[in-house]
Amino acid sequence: MLVARALSIRFGGVAALQQVSLAVEARRIVGLIGPNGAGKTTLFALLSGFLRPESGSIAFRSRDIAGMPPHAICRLGMTRTFQIVQPFAGQTVRDNIAIGAHLHHRRRTAALHAAEEVATRLGLAADLDQLAANLTIAGRKRLELARALATQPQLLLLDEVLAGLNPQEIADMIPIVRAIRADGVTIVMIEHVMQAVMSLADDVHVLANGRMIASGPPAAIAEDPAVIEAYLGRGTADKLRLAAGLAHG
Amino acid sequence: MRSLAGVAAFAVATALVPAFVTSGAVLNAVILTLYAVLLGQAWNVLGGYGGQFSFGHAVFFGTGGYVMAVLQIRYGLSAWLAMPAAIGAGAAVGALVGALTFRYGLRGSYFALVTLAFAEVFRILANTFAFTGAGVGLMLPLADTPAQLQFGSRAGYLYLILGFVLAGFAVHLWLGHSRFGARLTAVRDNEASASALGVNVFRVKLGAIMISGALMAAGGVFYIQYLHYLDPAIAYGPAVSVEALLVPIVGGMGTLFGPLLGAVALHALSEGTRNLFGDAPGISLALYGVVLIVMVRYMPRGLIGLFARRGR
Repeated sequence: MLVARALSIRFGGVAALQQVSLAVEARRIVGLIGPNGAGKTTLFALLSGFLRPESGSIAFRSRDIAGMPPHAICRLGMTRTFQIVQPFAGQTVRDNIAIGAHLHHRRRTAALHAAEEVATRLGLAADLDQLAANLTIAGRKRLELARALATQPQLLLLDEVLAGLNPQEIADMIPIVRAIRADGVTIVMIEHVMQAVMSLADDVHVLANGRMIASGPPAAIAEDPAVIEAYLGRGTADKLRLAAGLAHG
Repeated sequence: MRSLAGVAAFAVATALVPAFVTSGAVLNAVILTLYAVLLGQAWNVLGGYGGQFSFGHAVFFGTGGYVMAVLQIRYGLSAWLAMPAAIGAGAAVGALVGALTFRYGLRGSYFALVTLAFAEVFRILANTFAFTGAGVGLMLPLADTPAQLQFGSRAGYLYLILGFVLAGFAVHLWLGHSRFGARLTAVRDNEASASALGVNVFRVKLGAIMISGALMAAGGVFYIQYLHYLDPAIAYGPAVSVEALLVPIVGGMGTLFGPLLGAVALHALSEGTRNLFGDAPGISLALYGVVLIVMVRYMPRGLIGLFARRGR
């Protein structure tokens, strides 16, 4: 569904992404993890058209989308959310979601109706007439997801929709993400909440210092020495193995 | 529905004014207030709903006025044919300014400065060419017949400007109930979000500046028909630009009745101070400056914020 090959971009002298490749199959949940500053959000910005890659190619549903503007990519069926939520703060939840719904609904009434349906699916029905600015963090994260979902995407790029939520709110959110996939939407999610990644993702990709250092099923990734070192520092994997060996010995 | 009823009530009440008022001075004050409403409505489409603050809306006003005048005076065109051409010219200049600024992502004070520069360039051009009467300006010959969009009585002009203002209200109502309006306010509130949700930000802004330019040009059309004279300083000078932006800022940006409220308040204020200070030159501009500072500092939602229910 989405194939990115050898993407590179630099900001001034800093190579933010170097030769990063990513392939996403339809109807999967793909986790994208990595330490802070690894380039995860930059990768999303490239995929969704907010930044143009210096080299490399992006194919979405077999079409070359590198360099397309964000709204055109959204129209093709790939919608992103923002890590730092970006609501239309002075507008109601209903109006916020309706902007997404307008992508496929010309009439205002149809878009407002579609917005209500999406809100109900995400447990926002009670807040439809609230101003977006008055929502809690959990509410805003849901709104961010609801607006993106209202564009009826085939692929969702979720940038830390669980960050800042308490354990109960995370537990409430996980089945919502599963339900979206069950409806046929492919999901790529950047996430720091590891237990969520482990329980949701079919595949996990790990970025560190602008390079993709590991890819595979969650269980294998958790034991990959390169990944452990990326998070905990050089030499840590050996120390852990040594410690485990001593404990067993 | 309630907003539609409000506009209808305004239309009926204003249309009845000539039936009860015979004083020329009072009718003139009503006409000039309505004219300010129109300028405010024009600016409100782009600035209030779209969040793109123009400091040079005179560029559209002057273009509307000059096209209207030149077509009638130099080409002998009927005023009724010149009017749509003038309004179309306002939209076309809007497209030109919009294409050049929004294409390159100019926003905020940069956009404001570039619009100001456009108005200045047009003023200098109008000052230079004999075609536009240069510095002398253009005088529209008196015809006093509705066939030439001129009227023997003030009531006729009142209905003309009321028609334009109602067109402005129609645009505002449409913005409040259409996909275009929803997208325009989304662009105002957060451009990145809007484009992530499939909104073509450039096209939406371009549409808004064209509509805004067309309404503003209608203001120029009215001006030349009512006062019969136009020169570069009137057409493209800063006074019109300032009035256009001050009206909705005082009344309430991005609202249906903001321009009406703002125009009434400003005209009441300037009439009041004229009685106090006499016609000291520049006093009204100084006063407008003070009003602008006070409004932006203490009432960013405008006068309409006083009436609005909490949470809306």
